[in-house]
Amino acid sequence: MKRGLLIFCLLFLPLAAHAIDARQFADPKQQEAYDTLTAQLRCLVCQNQTIADSNAELAADLRRQVYEMLAKGQSKEEIIQFMTDRYGDFVLYKPPFTAKTGLLWLGPAGFLLLGLLGVFWVIRQKKAAADPASGQAEKLAKIRRLLDEGDAS
Amino acid sequence: MLKYILPLILFIVMAVFLAIGLNLKPNDIPSPLLDKPAPSFTAPKLQAPQEKLSTSDLKGQVWLFNVWASWCVSCRAEHPVLNGLAQHKAVTLIGLNYKDDPAAAQGWLGSLGNPYTISIMDQDGRIGLDWGVYGVPETFVMDKKGIVRYKHTGPVTVDDVQQIFLPLIAKLQAEAP
Repeated sequence: MKRGLLIFCLLFLPLAAHAIDARQFADPKQQEAYDTLTAQLRCLVCQNQTIADSNAELAADLRRQVYEMLAKGQSKEEIIQFMTDRYGDFVLYKPPFTAKTGLLWLGPAGFLLLGLLGVFWVIRQKKAAADPASGQAEKLAKIRRLLDEGDAS
Repeated sequence: MLKYILPLILFIVMAVFLAIGLNLKPNDIPSPLLDKPAPSFTAPKLQAPQEKLSTSDLKGQVWLFNVWASWCVSCRAEHPVLNGLAQHKAVTLIGLNYKDDPAAAQGWLGSLGNPYTISIMDQDGRIGLDWGVYGVPETFVMDKKGIVRYKHTGPVTVDDVQQIFLPLIAKLQAEAP
């Protein structure tokens, strides 16, 4: 039993060790800045990973750069500026709102609005069709027409 | 009637978007360096490590900056194209030997030919980072004022040389320094 438990725990060891070359800062504020920055910057080689997650060499270089800049006392904004100057907005997982990224930010809300309008339109159509008043009027008109036709013959 | 046409229209719209999506190259990230001054560097030359080359030495010349490495497979495909380009003698071709072992790099140039006017070493990738390099090979074109005028990601092909690089170089050479 004990042995089984040990093996079970060992299975999860890789999960605990996932942080790649974690760097230590004396100042907890810098540590916090380092952790948020590396979680916000995209690794450009493996584009769906942050530089904190990625094992690519480029990601390691970028982490080193972030570390060195923080150690020099540079602010988060300066580091983000440094990265976008070189790699463009693409390096940010959260791109700034500009004319170019407007569609990206507003697109989902736009599609939601479009969908809601569609739903309202369909409901109104269905309602109109199911409306007993309009149905009756139609029937009455048909009866009148049939009667008129009957009179004519 | 609309009932029958609407799905068709939706299908066509979707097909168009998917077709565009299929033809996108997510690896081509536009460089923010375009039309900006080239990032400066001072780095040891690969074939004479005691000598250094700086961006300021290249002022007044049109130059190409090609990022390469002996471990890079696409660079091997690109290499004969660069050798061909060098034969035109139209431009100064600077190589950035990126995160490479100098001995391996020199062996590469020895066996495959050396198209570069000068290659510089960037063993820890810092110059590459300054230039926003994220994949090798990459090629930049600088004008006489040291402004980045073009960036090519991935291996340069013979067609690229004929259709993009040579015309651009001719145009930049004609500009006043």
